[in-house]
Amino acid sequence: MDLSYSDEDEEFRARLREWLGEVLPGLPPKPSADDWPARRAYDLGWQRLLYDAGYAGLHWPVEVGGRGATPTRHLIFLEETEKAGAPYVGANFVGLLHAGPTIAAEGSAGQRARWLPPVLRGEEVWCQGFSEPDAGSDLASLRTRARRDGDDYVVSGSKIWTSHAEVADWCELLVRTDAKAPRHRGITWLAMPMDAPGITVRPLRTLAGSAEFAEVFLDEVRVPVANRVGEENDGWRVTMVTLSFERGTAFVGEVVACRRVLGELAREARKNGRWDDVPLRRRLGRLNAEFRALWRLTQWNVSESERVGGVPGMGGSVFKLRYSQARQELYDTAAEVLGPEGLDLGREWTVDRLSSLSYTIAAGTSQIQRNIVAERILGLPKGR
Amino acid sequence: MDFQLTDDQRALRAGVRELLVRRFGRERLRAAVDPPEGEGSGGRVAVGGLDRALWRELGEAGFFALRLPEERGGVGLGLPEAVLAFEEAGRALLPGPLVATHLAAGEVPGAATGECVVAAVDGTLVEWLDEADAVRGDVTGAVALRSVDPLTPLHRVPRPAPPDPVASLLTAAEQLGSAARTCALAVQHARTREQFGQPIGAFQAVKHLCSEMLVRVEVARAAVYAAAVTGDPLDIAAARLLADDAAERGARDCLQVHGGMGFTWESDVHLHLKRAWSRARRGEGAAAAEEALAQDLLASAARAGT
Repeated sequence: MDLSYSDEDEEFRARLREWLGEVLPGLPPKPSADDWPARRAYDLGWQRLLYDAGYAGLHWPVEVGGRGATPTRHLIFLEETEKAGAPYVGANFVGLLHAGPTIAAEGSAGQRARWLPPVLRGEEVWCQGFSEPDAGSDLASLRTRARRDGDDYVVSGSKIWTSHAEVADWCELLVRTDAKAPRHRGITWLAMPMDAPGITVRPLRTLAGSAEFAEVFLDEVRVPVANRVGEENDGWRVTMVTLSFERGTAFVGEVVACRRVLGELAREARKNGRWDDVPLRRRLGRLNAEFRALWRLTQWNVSESERVGGVPGMGGSVFKLRYSQARQELYDTAAEVLGPEGLDLGREWTVDRLSSLSYTIAAGTSQIQRNIVAERILGLPKGR
Repeated sequence: MDFQLTDDQRALRAGVRELLVRRFGRERLRAAVDPPEGEGSGGRVAVGGLDRALWRELGEAGFFALRLPEERGGVGLGLPEAVLAFEEAGRALLPGPLVATHLAAGEVPGAATGECVVAAVDGTLVEWLDEADAVRGDVTGAVALRSVDPLTPLHRVPRPAPPDPVASLLTAAEQLGSAARTCALAVQHARTREQFGQPIGAFQAVKHLCSEMLVRVEVARAAVYAAAVTGDPLDIAAARLLADDAAERGARDCLQVHGGMGFTWESDVHLHLKRAWSRARRGEGAAAAEEALAQDLLASAARAGT
């Protein structure tokens, strides 16, 4: 067990810090949460800066335009960018963390050449068309259907909770291509261009008040067969690859951010007098223990994936269960620290508290994650 | 960074586990707990004595001298290795003043080899005072308790000893081992016990109890191992909070999964729960750890210059 970093890794960290120090002061101000075109431009601009400096696709394989960096180096990148207050991945989330890695792992050479470079260069945004009104946690019951017509699939149905749909160029879309097959078997993974005729995007307001995601209606949308990643009816397996990326690496930077927020909370409590509330102060101490441990677990999982190589393992579910809960506790505690101002939407922590409610739902609810842990790690029998 | 066990560390862990399975398996555990025929019953058993032969075997295996430098007759390993050994001790519910004797190696003659049993004041309690050959700390005015844990005789002392972070870390390691064990016991039971025509582990209510147990174990494990590597008192304080929690709540959930069987003396679950409670009383306690970690937040905010 060794938590020290190699000299080369430390040099990488130092160079990255220096670069962040040079480039961050020149960034434009962060756009408002509801100004989607501005958010897209801002997030893509940041991605372009990363690309030009050689930091884009750090953890992607070299063959697909990435830098082939070790998981440890990717961890350093996420840690340092967050510590420096660099922009979050934002609208590039699906492209960089889901669709991109899936195409890199499962796509053909031509598909990789077509779709991956624009993600890395900050030219194209992806969204995720998985969930449907009747297929959220029970994803395999999705009903959006696609029938073959010549060189196209013709797709009809609807998707929901689709983040970034308003400004996306592409959608990683799950469709049912064989209604008669067992439900996990008749699904296909498609890359759908979002400007195709027949697509309607309707923004959906979240409980936090922002138009964070959307409903997407599909009416006879033609998607070329060439846009299929993996075999027809093999989409479920491809999707499991996607989800392992989602659960495996998506939250690393956020843990660093939560630790920073926790420090700010303590300072705020000290300033407004809440620090003298012993139970509250002890709660802050326990949250410090919690997030220290979550950071260690991150390092453990990264080390493990470095040793076995490739796709992150089941540890992602363990991490996600605990992290999503801890994040909610963090912002509930923030509200305690703020007192009456914890009800003020003008305070960033109030908005973050509302957003944190999605963490135990998105990317597989806590209940689904517990089933995964119980059945696939602990080997308990499947329920009926 | 390679935050995984080395081959040597895996071998050490396997060696300790093998020794404990052979010398302190379930039968031996139950023999230590259950009174001989005709002597009391149920929860009113007198605490059994310490197995001196086993203590010497642990000494020969290097359990107590693990961190003592080789030139002083020790094994010359570090905290991470000690943590792995103590995790196994916790898993096996090995009784005795293990931490106190380990910490006395090289200072109290015979401690390193297991010839001498050393007790120590830890927090406001002393474990195994009457069985000890040597005692560290001020035990003037010690009063015997009727210990809740049948394998840990306890005395209460009026003057607590100053906290020792290494003792706290090794306690955390024992708690971790106990938590991992109760998780495994719960899963084993849930796989085999049938109700309503199927293994109870097929029911989500049971499944989710078990998965939460594993999550607490894995989070505590990352914290305990990291604290062993850094040796940082705050890392240790954090690890201890999480390991205490994993052990206590793990044993409770394990009891729940076992249902009525879990509430019997015959089940091992109560032994884990009672030991977890008594270990959690060692050192300064949760409040002090939480206070220290809260103060650290202010310090870290100052360090970050925000």
